[in-house]
Amino acid sequence: MSGLSESARGGAPLAVKIAVSGGLGVGKTTFIGAISEIEPLDTEAAITEVSVGVDSLAGVEAKTTTTVALDFGRITLSPLITLYLFGTPGQDRFSFLWDDLVEGALGTVVLVDTRRIEDSFPALDYFEERDAPFVLAVNGFDGAHHFDLEEVREALGLEASVPVVACDARDRGSVRDVLVALMDQVVEHHMRVSRGSPAFAG
Amino acid sequence: MSERKENLEETEDALFVRPFIMTGGRARPAQEGLRVETLVEAAPGARTALLEFEQRRIVALCEHPTTVAEVAAGAGVPLGVAKVLIADLVVGGLLVCHQPQELQLHLLERIRDHVRAL
Ligand SMILES: Nc1nc2c(ncn2[C@@H]2O[C@H](COP(=O)(O)OP(=O)(O)OP(=O)(O)O)[C@@H](O)[C@H]2O)c(=O)[nH]1
Ligand SMILES: [Mg+2]
Repeated sequence: MSGLSESARGGAPLAVKIAVSGGLGVGKTTFIGAISEIEPLDTEAAITEVSVGVDSLAGVEAKTTTTVALDFGRITLSPLITLYLFGTPGQDRFSFLWDDLVEGALGTVVLVDTRRIEDSFPALDYFEERDAPFVLAVNGFDGAHHFDLEEVREALGLEASVPVVACDARDRGSVRDVLVALMDQVVEHHMRVSRGSPAFAG
Repeated sequence: MSERKENLEETEDALFVRPFIMTGGRARPAQEGLRVETLVEAAPGARTALLEFEQRRIVALCEHPTTVAEVAAGAGVPLGVAKVLIADLVVGGLLVCHQPQELQLHLLERIRDHVRAL
């Protein structure tokens, strides 16, 4: 019902995205699939790695191109608002693709597997450097190994301001809770930033 | 051993060239700032315009506002190629793109509430 009134007001459709990152095989595709209303779509991302002119006559502007599967899911939030989840490619050699996926995102979920905690370092380094909201979600993998969330935070040297939450990437409710934790961060971050620059407030 | 290396380089060249044949070899979109979640929609009249196969297919996919990522998946072309083709259509006035603005607080809060209700 509220959806009806929303579209009756004639707003423009809005597509927003959240990035899902972390090391190889940490559960990104599983996480997206657990909540997406479509099967995570697999599309190839042929992106130019180096833009160096090799043959300007032929109009070939780039030297090399890499193709990599890009997966994403979709969640209709209202008749006008659709949320997309984009997984970042797990392999380090594709990290140049991350900018493209992360630019303009509301925020990022960084997944970590406690058995291979160091695999999440590249993702954490990347997101800590950007002044953008993110949460760390610890994928339990059946809880076969026990861990303390504060120990994970310490092991990763995460600031207190970054939420660390437990999750089961296969469980829709758990994935939703992670996304809510991220959206809390997004709202808080927005308020902090707009307070910090009064000249642009309003 | 240099023969093997040459073969590899040939394969890599082919891999590079093939997807971008549809774009006339161009890898850079004519319109900057297209993101995976940017919404594109067919302009009135785009359906009757004379277009190449791939472009016609893209226009058909964009009857309603559709994200660049979904256009790529729907047309079965790599994202980088889709961006070049979409950008040409935008520049040509056949597709309109809805570029997301920086979202205001009330919208972020609304999104959070929708997510909580999932
Ligand atoms: N038991 C268990 N298995 C999981 C869980 N999450 C993911 N898996 C499994 O772990 C494997 C890797 O999961 P994916 O979701 O493909 O991981 P990914 O991060 O997308 O992997 P890449 O895209 O290759 O980096 C799959 O076989 C999943 O079924 C979990 O919470 N518990
Ligand atoms: Mg995956």
